Amino acid sequence: MYNEIIIAGFGGQGVLLAGTLIAQAAIEQGLHTTWFPSYGAEMRGGTANSTVVVSADEIGSPLAFNPNALIALNEPSLNKFMPRMTEKSVIIANSSIISQDKEYKVKPYFVPVTDIADKEIKNVRTANLVAVGALIKALEIFADANCEDEPAQKRRQSADEEGDLCDLEASKVLTLKSALTACEKAFASKPELIEINKKAIQAGYEYIKAEVQKFGSSEVR
Amino acid sequence: MKKLVKGNIALCEGAIAAGIHAYFGYPITPQNEIPAYMSKKMVELKRVFVQGESEIASANMVLGAAATGKRAMTSSSSPGISLKQEAISYMAGMQIPALIVNVQRGGPGLGNISGSQSDYFQAVKGGGHGDYRLIVLAPNCAQEMYEFAYDSFDLAEKYRIPVMILSDGVVGQMMEPVEFNKPEITEFADKNWALTGCKGREPRSLQSLLMKDGVLEKHNINLQEKYKIISENEVKYETFMTDDAEIIIAAYGISSRIAKSAVKIARKEGIKAGLFRPKTLWPFPSEAINSLSKNGVKFLTAELSHGQMIEDVKLAVNGKAPVEFLGRAGGGVFSEQEMVEKIKAMSEDKRAGR
Repeated sequence: MYNEIIIAGFGGQGVLLAGTLIAQAAIEQGLHTTWFPSYGAEMRGGTANSTVVVSADEIGSPLAFNPNALIALNEPSLNKFMPRMTEKSVIIANSSIISQDKEYKVKPYFVPVTDIADKEIKNVRTANLVAVGALIKALEIFADANCEDEPAQKRRQSADEEGDLCDLEASKVLTLKSALTACEKAFASKPELIEINKKAIQAGYEYIKAEVQKFGSSEVR
Repeated sequence: MKKLVKGNIALCEGAIAAGIHAYFGYPITPQNEIPAYMSKKMVELKRVFVQGESEIASANMVLGAAATGKRAMTSSSSPGISLKQEAISYMAGMQIPALIVNVQRGGPGLGNISGSQSDYFQAVKGGGHGDYRLIVLAPNCAQEMYEFAYDSFDLAEKYRIPVMILSDGVVGQMMEPVEFNKPEITEFADKNWALTGCKGREPRSLQSLLMKDGVLEKHNINLQEKYKIISENEVKYETFMTDDAEIIIAAYGISSRIAKSAVKIARKEGIKAGLFRPKTLWPFPSEAINSLSKNGVKFLTAELSHGQMIEDVKLAVNGKAPVEFLGRAGGGVFSEQEMVEKIKAMSEDKRAGR
């Protein structure tokens, strides 16, 4: 398992925190991880990003030369990193503020993370973690679809009825459970924020799950 | 359980666990987490934190504090380290142990704030004036930022020498899981040279101005003898798959991590690659490199500069094997794939007898 994840958005949308949460989730699962920020001048007002590498093996570069996952919280970020995406990339795009009409090289999962955070979680600042939840589910689906062992194939055949594709080992994907545990660690100094952020992660996860149940995984993307 | 922290923070924790008494610094990216964290932590611990009015002042405050036998450090990034060189030369001359941290950024001049490795010459060849050496440590992960900072004070005091940690913006800025596993040092050996007030004993002095006929020459000879002992005892390095390697990458710091991945990829493609990573840049692991310089071996020095450590690799190899180079500077970082391509080209040349 090897993931290079870029989280990008406006400064202030919480891209650095979202990255550390993913890295912390990796630690909870006993995986190797690195987190690297964009730092300095570009963070003030412009787009900010952080890169997280999650791997079953020791990590060389903490910089993403071949990113396979992207959270784009705004349109400039989606445009900036799209050229580096491939057919094997999983993209979460914030459709609350990104138009879905444009043709993209790789089709993103469009998730209205700002709206979900605002209306469902009642705290617009949790949009970053809604996106993290969505990414975890999307990566699960991707890992499942590319897993060639027999149980995975069986699961895929029955996926439409059950609606729940994934029961992969923790060493193959980041799990929702570890992200929720990571939340407790990340907000240990502000315990009043733990529950709301957990809810946000869960909401993003459930959004992708529900969309995939409704339309099938290839349609949603 | 391991804690997710930046390399810069891990370094602070290492220095704090080593019982550092005083931190003096001045802000500059990409090492700002160090003074920021220290300004909070050192005050909480009732130790000394001073933001000097400049890098020059901060480095001289380290000289003053460390002259009293206390554990003192400063940190900066490339342009700031240039400003500290005068005090570093004085500390080397006065044999004052202290820690100086350079989280390197792109140069020359003010350069930029991205990670770089272009201060190698300055760190290991003497950035200030005079015939002196620093012990130079090169961590390549957050865990080593912690461990090397922790070890640096014992090392500095053992030999009465300033120690430099030569890191870079990537290792400083990235977060990784770190195990904070070192016991807090609270007891310190008496130092028979420290300036602690001479009431009840003979006065002592620490000076780098030695004007009397022949005294400075004798002092220099003593320093060189000390450097020789350090060279014989404190060399540290890591090797990875070098036993049967035909192409050995020599790399330190952030470059060595990328090199290790490149070695793994090259091995999968059937190329016998290996990695030699100096953990001490001075003393440089010359003998170890020389003993790897067998017939049929080629070296590749990879660093984020246009060729600095390669000179020491060549001196170590001493003509026994070819030494090639891969470098980026000014904030650019090579990818694993870029390095693999270079290894492949070297491997093909080798088969063709070139």
